[in-house]
Amino acid sequence: MDAAKNCRKLKAIDEAIGMIKKGSRVLIGGFGNAGDPKKLIEGLCISGTDELVVMSNDLGSPNEGLGKLLSNNQVRGLIGTYYNWNPEVAMAYNEGKIFVELVPQGTFAEAVRAAGVGIPAFYTLSGVGTEIAKGKEEKTFGEKTYLLQEALKADVALIKAHKADVLGNLVYYKTARNFNPVMAMAADLVIAEVDELVPGGELDPESIVTPHIFVDVLVLGGGDR
Amino acid sequence: MLPELNEDLVRSRVARRVAKEFGDGDVVNLGIGIPTLVSDYIPENIRVIFQTENGVIGAGPAPEKPDLRFIGAGGRHLTLLPGSALISSDLSFGLIRGGHVDATVLGALEVNQEGDLANWMVPGKMVPGMGGAMDLVTGARHVIIAMTHTTKKGGAKILKKCTLPLTAKGVVGLIVTEYAVFRIREGKMELVEIAPDVTLEDLKAVTEAEYTVADPLPIMQGTEEE
Repeated sequence: MDAAKNCRKLKAIDEAIGMIKKGSRVLIGGFGNAGDPKKLIEGLCISGTDELVVMSNDLGSPNEGLGKLLSNNQVRGLIGTYYNWNPEVAMAYNEGKIFVELVPQGTFAEAVRAAGVGIPAFYTLSGVGTEIAKGKEEKTFGEKTYLLQEALKADVALIKAHKADVLGNLVYYKTARNFNPVMAMAADLVIAEVDELVPGGELDPESIVTPHIFVDVLVLGGGDR
Repeated sequence: MLPELNEDLVRSRVARRVAKEFGDGDVVNLGIGIPTLVSDYIPENIRVIFQTENGVIGAGPAPEKPDLRFIGAGGRHLTLLPGSALISSDLSFGLIRGGHVDATVLGALEVNQEGDLANWMVPGKMVPGMGGAMDLVTGARHVIIAMTHTTKKGGAKILKKCTLPLTAKGVVGLIVTEYAVFRIREGKMELVEIAPDVTLEDLKAVTEAEYTVADPLPIMQGTEEE
């Protein structure tokens, strides 16, 4: 394939995964079963790299997708929003095996965005007057009180896109987009799994969601269906 | 005696009543459970734009052939309606936080008379996660709770004070159950509609919260269509 030959960012999955160090903070895209980088997650499980802090919306199901990282004891902690689909999270937490930091989903998305665009913290209404407000700074603007949320930055982001061109410009597919574009902005090393690699110039510049400057490494996935 | 209603009727009654709350062109987010059913009962002359927090503006009903990468926040398969848009999670919650969503419909474990809501942490079960609920109820302009009136064991869910960890304080504007509709304004709760065959005494027995009663008190909208 010509596009693959001309793509300097393209790597094999094991080579890309080999760049992730033990103990890394790793942002991983996806919402439920849509838009998670399945091949990269599989590769990360095979690598056995552990002590990871996984920053994602949810953690899939037990022993499936992202859930497999926890079943494999590769996780030191979780930062995310919704673990109802994976009862192993509560078990591991109650046994003291992992830490869990729950963040409201909108605050999570914005905290990742903030990290990507150079904003160290922001104020939000979400969580005021609840358990998650404990220990957080509050400030009143007008008639309302807000919570201070710090940006969430990571060492690595593993994201999923539909198509990349050889430079690494990305477009997405329906609700498989979710957190992927924002996570692409918020890590030192960004590895994108894509269904398809196309020649430079083939993607309409008006349609590009993630510009290539955010993407360090591309890998080819299987093409989710 | 409260009327005995089967589960399907309970769910459809609540969903049908909630569906009458929207104006033409409203942007609405539906939570999981009974709220998901609301889209099936939107009156024909009203066009509601459904937003899902995982990135759709203008979501349509389930397709004949499901696309696994096109789901609503509750996991329901979706279609795109003409004019719909696909967006990322950060922009989606930007819409919510920024007050661009007219109404959110959610389930609840407990609601109290001042509009506090508890709907994310079940007692004795740690760490399930709040998902987008805290953002939705603080960002949407109108918060509607669609739920069964009592717990499965018959305990009150509409309380003087919530006992479970809160999702947010003072956010709920309307509560719709199979027996009644309550409106909460400025920290005060009022019974505004009552279902057929439900007496004020019956209702009080399963509602711990203190509330005033609208006069006149209409029959719950939509029950005549059952």
